[in-house]
Amino acid sequence: MPAVQETVDQVRRIDVDQYKYGFVTEIESERAPKGLSEDVVRFISAKKNEPEWMLEWRLDAYRRWLTMTEPRWARVDYPPIAFDELYYYSAPKSTAGPKSLDEVDPALLATYEKLGIPLREREILAGVEGARVAVDAVFDSVSVVTTFKAELQKAGVIFCSISEAVREHPELVRKYLGSVVPVTDNFYATLNSAVFSDGSFVYVPPGVRCPMELSTYFRINEKNTGQFERTLIIADKGAYVSYLEGCTAPMRDENQLHAAVVELVALDDAEIKYSTVQNWYPGDANGKGGIYNFVTKRGDCRGTRSKISWTQVETGSAITWKYPSCILRGDESQGEFYSIAVSNGAQQVDSGTKMIHLGRNTKSRIISKGISAGRSNNTYRGLVSAHRRATGARNFTNCDSLLIGNRCGAHTVPYIESKNATAVFEHEATTSKISDEQLFYCRQRGLSAEEATALIVNGFVKDVIQQLPMEFAVEAQKLIGISLEGSVG
Amino acid sequence: MNAEPRILRTQAEETLAAEFQAARTRLAGGPETAARREAAFAAFQKAGLPHRRVEAWRYTDLRALMRKAAPLAEPGAVPAGLPAVSAFGGARLVIVDGSYRPELSDADGLDGVTIRPLADLLAADDPRVGASLAALDDPLVALNTALMTGGVAIDVAPGASVGRMIELAHVTTGAHATQTRNLVHVGADASLRLVETHTGPDGAAYQANGVTEAVIGDRARVVWAKLQQEGDAALHVGTLALTAGRETRFDHLVLMIGAVLSRSQQFVTLSGPEAKIGMNGATMLRGRQHADIALVVDHTEPACESRERFKAVVDGEAEAIFQGRIVVKPQAQKTDARMMTQGLLLSEGGQFSAKPELEIFADDVQCAHGATSGQIDEDLLFYLLARGIPRPEAETLLVTAFLAEAIEALGDETIAAVCEAAATRWLAARGGA
Repeated sequence: MPAVQETVDQVRRIDVDQYKYGFVTEIESERAPKGLSEDVVRFISAKKNEPEWMLEWRLDAYRRWLTMTEPRWARVDYPPIAFDELYYYSAPKSTAGPKSLDEVDPALLATYEKLGIPLREREILAGVEGARVAVDAVFDSVSVVTTFKAELQKAGVIFCSISEAVREHPELVRKYLGSVVPVTDNFYATLNSAVFSDGSFVYVPPGVRCPMELSTYFRINEKNTGQFERTLIIADKGAYVSYLEGCTAPMRDENQLHAAVVELVALDDAEIKYSTVQNWYPGDANGKGGIYNFVTKRGDCRGTRSKISWTQVETGSAITWKYPSCILRGDESQGEFYSIAVSNGAQQVDSGTKMIHLGRNTKSRIISKGISAGRSNNTYRGLVSAHRRATGARNFTNCDSLLIGNRCGAHTVPYIESKNATAVFEHEATTSKISDEQLFYCRQRGLSAEEATALIVNGFVKDVIQQLPMEFAVEAQKLIGISLEGSVG
Repeated sequence: MNAEPRILRTQAEETLAAEFQAARTRLAGGPETAARREAAFAAFQKAGLPHRRVEAWRYTDLRALMRKAAPLAEPGAVPAGLPAVSAFGGARLVIVDGSYRPELSDADGLDGVTIRPLADLLAADDPRVGASLAALDDPLVALNTALMTGGVAIDVAPGASVGRMIELAHVTTGAHATQTRNLVHVGADASLRLVETHTGPDGAAYQANGVTEAVIGDRARVVWAKLQQEGDAALHVGTLALTAGRETRFDHLVLMIGAVLSRSQQFVTLSGPEAKIGMNGATMLRGRQHADIALVVDHTEPACESRERFKAVVDGEAEAIFQGRIVVKPQAQKTDARMMTQGLLLSEGGQFSAKPELEIFADDVQCAHGATSGQIDEDLLFYLLARGIPRPEAETLLVTAFLAEAIEALGDETIAAVCEAAATRWLAARGGA
């Protein structure tokens, strides 16, 4: 059946021409020379005062990248990217790295305020009770400020920019950087390894439950600049952390590249919750401009009973190419992926996840909802695999998509690979088959199948979204209201 | 990025090139067919044998698995052990090593049906040969076009109701390569029941690469089954390219039991509104067998309905694969398509891979797909054991029930009986748990 009017209206409200974050901040900035060469890699490394080993690591990646070709298997279409026409480093002149708030350029603070991200701790405190979130604000290639550092330090939690971590905690960075997404993983991950500028680093020591939400807010401001952030989160034994990521960019006619790498490591009994509200500039209604969002995100459930959960709300970017994945290495580890991807205008989304079951009794769950409108294409591409040793592995996948209008496309490309007889995999596209038990429970209490399904699917998504900073949540809340009616597998 | 020219050819590719060079002058066909063969072989050579990086073949790396190319079959061999009559009790058209053999066939009582050797159509450069393959970009189909020998061309006149079932018996006699091409045209309002069987001697490493082109006319009703029971060392690749017209009813079943390496490809285009099709499959594998089913159902017209049910039972260290894709074009509103694939792993070493894909461009449609993989349900087994049924029998019962869903969906009792007997034999040979 076609989409209901309410859904159509809600999707229209977040259409590409309604983009609110398209302003540009006038700020003097310093850039690396245009193009990419060993010298540029050295320049970035020197700018960040990196030790020799880090530079070598980058150069190795750069040399490897020169031998690689761009992946073309995704259902996205774009002209070849002129990698030599990009700037790989850009930083506001007034900031040489994160420092105390009083020293930060007021223009930057105003930018974040305008985006709804207050960076002054006292302002945050004045806000809604309990909604305290520590923020690492990344502007083009540098982290401008990280809030609540002192308080986090008391709990033993390290939360800083990755550049700072390279200098201050080299033993942790050397141990974990590139251990989940190897330097040679794929074209964009290798490029990122060579030129990554900033991003966040989180280390939660054993047994610590991080006392507040951590979040990074990425902003691309400069023209012709690629943003290559790198995030590394480590939850040591028994630790817990919830991390949020948000991103916006100005409206420009040319396409801009964003190639990030995110690595998560969960040791024994640790849990990492990673949420994204991706709202990069999507381009105009005719497909002009917008961000190419080519991201490699992967979590490694290294320890026994560890858990990694990805939640993403995707509304922005001209092209999205990202597959937040879980390697379920530890016995009894769990991976989760909840995604809502809405595409409008001429947007192209090719996103999904990989759940790689290696350990015994590992569990994973995938819930994906894709909504395409306008002339957009929205593809779910996912892999669930169980290896020989993955006795008792369990997966449940549900991916629904909804089309609004007949000029868009919705595609589902699931890969299911089982090499273990005791692994139980279920891939369902029918909305009535989430969990018969839960459904039965809801229906018994008078909810229709549709209401019950919406409640169950949205229940846990809501759970995470309600914890997002208010300004992020507004957009996400609208999406949550979208009805499942008329969805197709 | 420019496609890099492939310089390295495998031994099998070299042999195929040499074989084509040697055979090109004596292969059947008029000048147009000869030109088509040349173009097809050039296309094959450009692509080479499909490998892991060719998405449609990602689970069947023929380049690695087909190390040598068997020599092309010489015509005239007499098949040993051909049953006197068709197991389906109907007419039987026998194709030996890729050539139609009227003298071994029984084509009586087929009113409204014209049967000709395909070689006649090739000699006359009949434009219908290859017409269904224009949109297909598949190296094995190209290879077949280059080397095709004469299978059979079956024409069912409009309105004809063919009472007798037709068995299309493909028999291979030894360790050589066959490139069979068949053509089936069913006129409007006609009805037909057809069974393809594929057999050959155990222990012979033969390679069968067949292509069948089919066009089903408006409102025709067709039941079609393919029983792949090749010899245990065989390589089988079979392609069906089918177009179904307005308001057709088409039910299809593919049973995969034989061959060490097999792939069955079905490309179905619904080219008229309100067609109803059912595509089903049952795979039973053991030892080190590898069977791959590829399916594309293309909804190009409104209000068509398609149902796909594919089941695989895997024992030993075998591997079953299902790659299915439902495409709904923008104009195909009111499409109702459902695809289900299920793998049942009976042993520790078995593998099941599935890729049930949806590609949808219309908004007022109902499409769903499901996929499951697992072992025999312990609860069901317990239920049967608790009622005094010994474990092997209980397992057999559950596996039979699992497969029956796909087999019975064809809606033809005669074919279902033969398939279920084959399944029972397979299970008996397994000897329970």
